[in-house]
Amino acid sequence: MIRPIRRRLLLAVAGFGTLAAASILLAPLAGSTSIDLRRAFDTSLPFVENVDAQIFFVARLPRTLAGALVGAALAAAGVVFQGLLRNPLATPFTLGVSAGAALGAMLVITSGWTFGWAGLPAIPIASFAGSVGAVTIVYALARARHGGLSTNVLLLAGVTLNAFFSALILFVQFFADYADLYRMLRWLVGDLDVASYQPILTAVPLLAVAFGVFAWLARPLNLLSLGVDGAETHGIDVRRAQRAAFFSASLATGAAVSIAGPIGFVGIIIPHLVRLIVGADHRVVLPSAALFGAAFLVGCDVLARTLMPPVEVPVGVITAILGGPFFLWLLVRRA
Amino acid sequence: MSRRPPAAGRRPLGAVVACAIAIGVIAAQDRPARIISLIPAVTEMLFAIGAGERVVAVSSFDDYPPQVRQLERVGALLDPDLERILALKPDLVVVYASQSDLQRQLGRAGVPTYIYKHAGLAGVVTTLRDLGARTGHQEGAARAIQEIERGMEDVRRRVAGRPKPRTMLVFGREALAIRGVYASGGVGFLHEMLVAAGGENLFADVPREAIQATSELILARAPDVILELRAGEIPQSQLQDEIDTWRRLASLPAVRSNRIYFITDPRTVVPGPRVAQGTELIARALHPEAFR
Repeated sequence: MIRPIRRRLLLAVAGFGTLAAASILLAPLAGSTSIDLRRAFDTSLPFVENVDAQIFFVARLPRTLAGALVGAALAAAGVVFQGLLRNPLATPFTLGVSAGAALGAMLVITSGWTFGWAGLPAIPIASFAGSVGAVTIVYALARARHGGLSTNVLLLAGVTLNAFFSALILFVQFFADYADLYRMLRWLVGDLDVASYQPILTAVPLLAVAFGVFAWLARPLNLLSLGVDGAETHGIDVRRAQRAAFFSASLATGAAVSIAGPIGFVGIIIPHLVRLIVGADHRVVLPSAALFGAAFLVGCDVLARTLMPPVEVPVGVITAILGGPFFLWLLVRRA
Repeated sequence: MSRRPPAAGRRPLGAVVACAIAIGVIAAQDRPARIISLIPAVTEMLFAIGAGERVVAVSSFDDYPPQVRQLERVGALLDPDLERILALKPDLVVVYASQSDLQRQLGRAGVPTYIYKHAGLAGVVTTLRDLGARTGHQEGAARAIQEIERGMEDVRRRVAGRPKPRTMLVFGREALAIRGVYASGGVGFLHEMLVAAGGENLFADVPREAIQATSELILARAPDVILELRAGEIPQSQLQDEIDTWRRLASLPAVRSNRIYFITDPRTVVPGPRVAQGTELIARALHPEAFR
């Protein structure tokens, strides 16, 4: 039994890894302007005078890396949430993480707060704080009822909190200035043009922790899919596994949303596509989804940048246009 | 006796005089005495033409001239408070063109409306003229228009013949980041003010009022000047941080020649009677030597 899983894992990682690496290497070559690559890498020119190098290293490379990280985080978090809640329609945003993040971001936009911390601007900080708040509330609710983590209560609490936060967001938006309203809408669609490595570097440690836990989670998630009782008979500390899954997936989602806003559909299309290709074993699905998610979002961002220059199509609109019909197909196929 | 038709001029002349008197009376009665303005720019115009004391309520965003701060607030573009508007018994309500529900409701209640739409610098002049006719303050309107035209002419004369820096006029951006940058496209009063102030709009070729400029687009277009318009004051300590934020795009001529300016004056963002002053502020940033 051990050999086939290793081979499948190797094959999947090699395949999806190549895809991800190719997309990350090729994406910075495309953009709304044409640049001279030889000039971009010419170190004899001072960086401040080298427009091509600036476009490559300041505009394109950070957003490609951001796309890869966010795509990987959302896709893997989607897999974990679907496994934890044993619900194929769960997404990284189902339990209110993104709604909390959005509320934080909306409050900063409308209040005009401009505080920064450690060189980070206010919006990503507030959005991360908002997601931490939402996660805390949902966790407290799910525990209060059962002592353990009931996935049903988790799901209900998350969905309700989502609705409640959405109501608060509408409330904030209603009293917002006209110009701020536009910025809020824009944040909610999602955007990868970070124009700096700072947000990426800040998110990397958080994502590293989350992915570390994901690696440990693969086996428990497989057993959890048999049901709580089934998992317990296999000697799994179900509560611990659920808690780890909930917090790590929320952490990955919160970090991703703080970089790029709530980019939709990545966390649901990719896990399902990957399962269609590699089967349901989380040991293969998790790394595959992360790699494929990275490739997918980087690819969507290339489309966003090149479809109608000089205006950019928001990347969240592209993932939604691709994701919406796919989601429906999935529903029909399951029915 | 005579078959001559009645004196050609007399009777019609009498009719004309009678009509003129009648119209005069109607006009006097028709002159709105209780005006509500839901648009800050129009509120400013009403005060500028001398109809200010007839304004009984304004929008929640109004704060100029200072007299409006005592006036009642009746909502704004998205949340007009119909009940309060009707309770104030206005005889003229200035609404925005897109507020079609409100227009219908006011129409049903028999309240006359003035429908306004932002339409560039020329729109400011036409609106002033229309408002003058509507409120009987034609002279005041003419004076306000003349003041704008004189101010604009003065700015144009001062900047004439000077090199036009390619300017990115930014009116929205996330704090401390080059994200969510909104700049003026080639349409609208901001664009027209910039051109009148002796600048070349970096995005003049984009036929929209606003464009979201990505970092790549800004780097590729390489503006000579970055001019940010802000509604609120920026603390001195933060100003340097914001300028440093732009320095990440180190190859921009604006960064290298240190021509990044912030204007935090409402006159640059309200298409009202103070547009000439706003234009002068922009011109002073672009061509300081022209104002010495």
